[in-house]
Amino acid sequence: MIQFLVHDKRDSVGVAVVDVKAGQTLEGRSLDTNEMIKAKANMDIPLGHKIALKDFKPGDTVLKYGNDIGKVVEPIKAGDHVHVHNVKTKRWA
Amino acid sequence: MAINRKVMAYRRENGRVGVRNHVVILPVDDISNACVEKVAAMVPGTLPLPHAYGRLQFGEDLELHFRTMIGTGANPNVAAVVVIGIEPGWTQRIVDGIKKTGKPVEGFAIERRGDLQTATDAARVAQKFLQDASEIQRTQCDFKDLYISVKCGESDTTTGLSSCPTVGNVLDKHCDAGLASFGETSELTGGEHIVKSKAANKEVEQKFTAMFDDYQKLVFEQKAGTDLSESQPTKGNIIGGLTTIEEKALGNIEKLGKRTKFIDALQPAEAPAKGPGLYFMDTSSAAAEAVTLWAASGAVVHLFPTGQGNVIGNPIEPVIKISGNPITIATMKEHIDHDVSAILRGEKTIDQAGDELIEIITRTANGRLTCAEALGHREFVMTKLYRSA
Repeated sequence: MIQFLVHDKRDSVGVAVVDVKAGQTLEGRSLDTNEMIKAKANMDIPLGHKIALKDFKPGDTVLKYGNDIGKVVEPIKAGDHVHVHNVKTKRWA
Repeated sequence: MAINRKVMAYRRENGRVGVRNHVVILPVDDISNACVEKVAAMVPGTLPLPHAYGRLQFGEDLELHFRTMIGTGANPNVAAVVVIGIEPGWTQRIVDGIKKTGKPVEGFAIERRGDLQTATDAARVAQKFLQDASEIQRTQCDFKDLYISVKCGESDTTTGLSSCPTVGNVLDKHCDAGLASFGETSELTGGEHIVKSKAANKEVEQKFTAMFDDYQKLVFEQKAGTDLSESQPTKGNIIGGLTTIEEKALGNIEKLGKRTKFIDALQPAEAPAKGPGLYFMDTSSAAAEAVTLWAASGAVVHLFPTGQGNVIGNPIEPVIKISGNPITIATMKEHIDHDVSAILRGEKTIDQAGDELIEIITRTANGRLTCAEALGHREFVMTKLYRSA
């Protein structure tokens, strides 16, 4: 059973499809290539929330659906929960 | 590709296909609501549509008011209409607009008669319309003749993964021969380059771009120092895992399918007029407002993907809800017509979920009530562009 999905092969985040616990080793699937992807959760990630697939520094761009979904505002490690506390919109600002 | 199915539906005087058979009691303006409610109370089974506007509007806002009123009455899901306004001028204008469809329609004005006499006169006509409508039979019609509108609400990341692509799959199968419309102008922000690439030609792309840029301008003028993070994404979107408007838009756009191009960009409540295909309509992203505009443009079935569980319905067009969020399905199942959570578990493909949705649309068109209809959701909300005079 998979715990997360990734829309596009260029994406830097995946989406948890179950509630994920800190320390859990995760298996994900790319909807683009059907490839299996491994990850490790550094913290609890609720169903539907995003997990970082790489390290980010402030100012970096997050990709989902192969597209820009916003800018990083706090450092993020691979396996971290990615949400409104560390990523912000680039629009309407 | 076309969906070669038959539905048992109502073919109206002008040839258009409807799936419901409402007799509507339509107020021209806010102050006629009470009289409209009296008529509906005297003739149970008619459908009153009280709303908040219709006085001292002007310019483009007034045009939209008339387009919405006339379009609502003209919708193929409506068999006949009684129109009630405070004065005869605007009442007659709406009656004349609806009359072009060939369906029964009659108008009443309250001035010089009062609510009680007007309601009594209107109720006699409403009773006749209701009894006549009850004799109209469903006949065999083509699925492709159903005009379908699409919009999601209380989205989360599961809508982009499951329910929105399921709707996109249906549009890819429907739109070569059938009519459909999408909108939510501000919720395309961050994915507008993808929408532009789906315009059928340069002219349509320019028309869309002008509407999109106009909405962006409005947001910038009104946002008062914020980035709209308090409204877009909504608090519900954020609980569901959506972080930015860009992410929300990209999930939203999954509804448009993989290969379908849109052939025109419509004003709010404007009826599609270029034949079968997908149309963009310039709408707000608030569910009840947007679906009211689509019903006024003639749409007869609405497909509504939801993540966190938006409960919207519409009095004119049945709203079919699709969700892939297992928490929403467990906690709000009375609102969800199509559970696509198996896509998240890898147990169902988008194509299978799309075929199942076509079956649900068919049953809805044949007369089965949607969850929102059964629960009495009849949100009729007019779009107002600016203050009245």
